[in-house]
Amino acid sequence: MIKQILLRRTAQAAFVAWSVGTLTFIMMRLLPGDFAYRIAAGRYGYDYVSQAAAEAVRADLGLDRPAIVQYLEWLVNLLRFNLGDSLVSENPVTQELAHQLGSSLELAVFASFFALLIAVPVGLYAGRHTGEAGDRLSLMVSVILRAQPVFVIGLLMVLAFSLQLGWFPVAGFGSSEYLILPALSLALTLAALSSRMIRNSTCDVLASPFYRFARFKGLTEQQAFTHHASPNIALPVVAFVSIQAINLIEGIVMIESLFSWPGIGHALAHAIFARDVPMIQGAALVMGLIFVAINTVADLIVFKLDPRQREEALS
Amino acid sequence: MKADIQLRPSQYRGAALLLFLLSLVVLETLFWGHNPASQNLDQAFHAPTLAEPLGTDQFGRSNLARLSSALQTSILMAVFSVLTSATLGVSLGVVAGWKRGWIDRILSIVVNILLALPGLVLVLLFGALVPGSFFILYVAISLVLWVEYFRVIRARTITVMNSPEVEASLLYGFGPWYVFKRHLWPACKKDIYTLACFGAGNSVLALASIGFVYVGLRPPHAELGLMMVELFPYYSDAAWVLLQPLTAVILLVLGFHLIAGGERE
Repeated sequence: MIKQILLRRTAQAAFVAWSVGTLTFIMMRLLPGDFAYRIAAGRYGYDYVSQAAAEAVRADLGLDRPAIVQYLEWLVNLLRFNLGDSLVSENPVTQELAHQLGSSLELAVFASFFALLIAVPVGLYAGRHTGEAGDRLSLMVSVILRAQPVFVIGLLMVLAFSLQLGWFPVAGFGSSEYLILPALSLALTLAALSSRMIRNSTCDVLASPFYRFARFKGLTEQQAFTHHASPNIALPVVAFVSIQAINLIEGIVMIESLFSWPGIGHALAHAIFARDVPMIQGAALVMGLIFVAINTVADLIVFKLDPRQREEALS
Repeated sequence: MKADIQLRPSQYRGAALLLFLLSLVVLETLFWGHNPASQNLDQAFHAPTLAEPLGTDQFGRSNLARLSSALQTSILMAVFSVLTSATLGVSLGVVAGWKRGWIDRILSIVVNILLALPGLVLVLLFGALVPGSFFILYVAISLVLWVEYFRVIRARTITVMNSPEVEASLLYGFGPWYVFKRHLWPACKKDIYTLACFGAGNSVLALASIGFVYVGLRPPHAELGLMMVELFPYYSDAAWVLLQPLTAVILLVLGFHLIAGGERE
């Protein structure tokens, strides 16, 4: 069964790689204007673009060859884990991405961790006290947080904590104080949704016959909660992670741009300006793969948590 | 028949929010009607007056005019992309769930390709395709949004089509249009309504987001996300100007989300 999950997700990853490559390839070819000029502008700066520079770029990159040849070349290279060289910096894309991936993952992990720190207590509390003031307050906060793009939260954080209070630096990278604001901005958007999810799950489980039976047969509230409620609360929440993964990745693009965090999202926005096709493909590909990876982990956790799935697989 | 359309108080609040924003646009056009792009550098960051109820920005442009123009852009984008994505998603979802077979498989492959990338990344790519084009952004946002309708409606259609009621209708010889109107539409309309409201909110968010990373519409176009980046450097001179587009985005999306019905408690 675990093998099946991994197999299915590997196929999905391959599919992501192919579709991202093909999609970006087609779309970038459709871009108006001369490709070579744009790349020359990205390399040498907009004031230094000339016919000669554009021709040099064209010859250098083989842009005058038919598109289909370039596309097949990209596919073959992909199989060798070679994503080509960045058109702007001329370093291998894999090398640049590997470097940026570390920063993005750091941000993602801390954001998810902060999100759990916020969402689990809030969700559990609201689920145990449905309809009370705390529940209604958490609903209101969650609705308001969801009604804005993640960068607005980031902007307000910068305004409040960096510019007014001066507690944290505005943007940058390095020591941990640079991490807190971007991770917290992301975490708030994630927690806005997952806290409600945890709340609904808690509320359902506490009202369920099996939980009432556990209490009825003499377990203390603590025992019943640990053994009977918590795994059942966790199940739908973990399954929900795949939806959160989209929010997380989209949030990373915005938040990295806002805070100049040197990650994949920041790289993607930059590569789009410079029309650095290999970098765009690489960054989009990595985001797609992170997405698949998160879903795989969620699948595996659900499998571990839910014995019913294992029995189904055996029978 | 009408009894099931019972609005909750939160939905009224959402409608009120949207009406408020729309009335801002209408009042601006009726009573002020400034050009959102005309500059007047002596008047930069002028405090609100009767002639300029929301003050002016860093180029002395009328904030009210810019906000109203940005709201129009966002609302138009929301309406267009929701209409397109709903029509596309619902019709393809019904076809895939009804006919199954190869058409279902092909559509599911297309959907999987679209789902392989987070929506915003796709919109970003399209924004790079034709910089500053409203039309391309509309195509991109609709392309991302229709998938949701397709998946929900397809699943609904499969269940409904297997129900005894539909079987009976088909046995009696009723045509596809009757089956759609009598069985499918009533089963789907609530989902479509909710998806449409959330879709409108999401399209506003997407437009503002890519405006914010400078891939969307170009200056001097007034667009909510773009206004934020433009005004951010001046926050210490006039934080209240920066707060205007921020508030507008929040109210607009909140309005759509509230109308969607929020959560079932």
